[in-house]
Amino acid sequence: MKYKGRVHKFGKDVNTDEIIPARYLNTSDPKELAKHCMEDADARFASKVKKGDIIVAGKNFGCGSSREHAPMSIKAAGVSCVIAESFARIFFRNSINIGLPIVESKRAARAICAGDQVQVDTVKGVITNFTTKKTFKAEPFPPFMQSLIKAGGLMNYIKKRKRR
Amino acid sequence: MGYTITEKILAEHSSRRYVRAGEFIEANVDLALGNDITAPLAIKEFERSGKKKVFDRNKVVLIPDHFAPNKDLKSANQCKVLQNFAQKQRLKNYFEIGQMGVEHALLPEKGLVGPGKLVIGADSHTCTYGALGAFSTGVGSTDLAAAMVTGKCWFRVPQSIKFIYHGKRGRWVGGKDLILHTIGDIGVDGALYKAMELTGAAIRNLPMDDRLSMCNMAIEAGGKSGIIEPDAITRAYVRKNGASKIKYYKSDKDAVYPEIREYDISKLQPQVACPHLPSNVKDVGKLSKVRIDQSVIGSCTNGRISDLRIAAGVLRKKKIKSSVRLIVIPATQKIYLQAVEEGLDEIFIKAGGVFETPSCGPCLGGHMGILAEGEVAIATTNRNFVGRMGHPKSFVYLSNPAVAAASAIKGRIAHPDEV
Repeated sequence: MKYKGRVHKFGKDVNTDEIIPARYLNTSDPKELAKHCMEDADARFASKVKKGDIIVAGKNFGCGSSREHAPMSIKAAGVSCVIAESFARIFFRNSINIGLPIVESKRAARAICAGDQVQVDTVKGVITNFTTKKTFKAEPFPPFMQSLIKAGGLMNYIKKRKRR
Repeated sequence: MGYTITEKILAEHSSRRYVRAGEFIEANVDLALGNDITAPLAIKEFERSGKKKVFDRNKVVLIPDHFAPNKDLKSANQCKVLQNFAQKQRLKNYFEIGQMGVEHALLPEKGLVGPGKLVIGADSHTCTYGALGAFSTGVGSTDLAAAMVTGKCWFRVPQSIKFIYHGKRGRWVGGKDLILHTIGDIGVDGALYKAMELTGAAIRNLPMDDRLSMCNMAIEAGGKSGIIEPDAITRAYVRKNGASKIKYYKSDKDAVYPEIREYDISKLQPQVACPHLPSNVKDVGKLSKVRIDQSVIGSCTNGRISDLRIAAGVLRKKKIKSSVRLIVIPATQKIYLQAVEEGLDEIFIKAGGVFETPSCGPCLGGHMGILAEGEVAIATTNRNFVGRMGHPKSFVYLSNPAVAAASAIKGRIAHPDEV
């Protein structure tokens, strides 16, 4: 899959309380959650973000709570893909499980700037920055995770396996 | 090459003789936990799967504890989803107000978790139960849904970092200080994807409540789990709380650790994590100029009876500063009752504090103690991220219960020796 969009840049250790503050967790409606996506990291993010945009962040993106509402709000806000130096482990699982495309690349995460036009090819593992004409290699996912992604998330994966 | 306690528990639960760090496995779960924030999503996914019954009605635990007692209409509806599902599925372990407690204090207390078990919970602090020698880790709602369908969960077997604590703790130093010191040393992603195995003479002498506090915060270093090899203290705790079908594992002497860190804690001062990361740790003495508006004593980290006893010991026959709001929250009904029987509630109330019903409450900025813009709190909770306890421009300092109590008296961050 290829995802193309404009970059929103964040720093390191962006936590799930910043991605979707707990004051909005009395609902699990994706549309409601999208309205408050990234609110405590950038209060204007939800009004700025456009469909297809890409989040680029530093190390340990999504640290903190297990709330699946975090990747859900990002997905529902229209973000097509998240690139980070590294991901916190529950956020990582949740993203794979719900089908939010994420890629790890230290070099890309450091070099790409806010506003750049970027394309992520998750099959080839290549990140292209059209603004600076640079390309980066993404860390490939282990085969087990690729099968989860290919199935369209965890619930589809277990359903498909049961049928077999 | 030997195996770690974590590898052994994961091998046993995936019906394999051995597993090694890095392998992907699918393991049977002994318990799957959800709360009023994470379970509604899991229940929705479960129902979409078409499966009629959960894999084992004794092994799915639902606890409305985050926004319960229901803080508003939307939360009430979320909690109702749990109640309906628990009734429909005839779940043995659904805990309504009155039996409820903060999940990670309640499960050990009820004997639902114990040595050698594999526990997953759609709550990041599920890592708490490692204190009992279990492999236990936080997952998301979809993981919980899948576990409710299949009784299984996928894992990458983690590498383990060994943390060895030497020396004797000072009077005001508890498990909370040891883990804050550790997170301060390795950072909020210092144990990313890894199991934190806690050991050494200081751990062997550490009471269970303090061990639970330590493993609880493994996630704040990015850890997949925290774990302590069972010993005499574990066995005594298990006897008292009646966990069944338990199994005691130990790491082999030649088990593989990519990293070993050692700490001498004999001179360690009470530790405080400053805004806005749990790794931003300083000695309490360096923060005596920080004025506070609120002190919170409670949560899955430090809301147990020994925490309340320590806080009451500091507050006995004292008044808190009139400008400070002191909020004490026992983590479970049993702890609440015990505190009442011991007269701890009277000490808190006479000091000028409030003694609230069990709930996660203000820890995650839910209710029962939200901070206004510019306000500062000291709390025995586990996170101090931006906006964690309320306004995005409020500030949370994390400490042990003695420091939180002393700070309430002084109106600023204070060492317990000062009061």
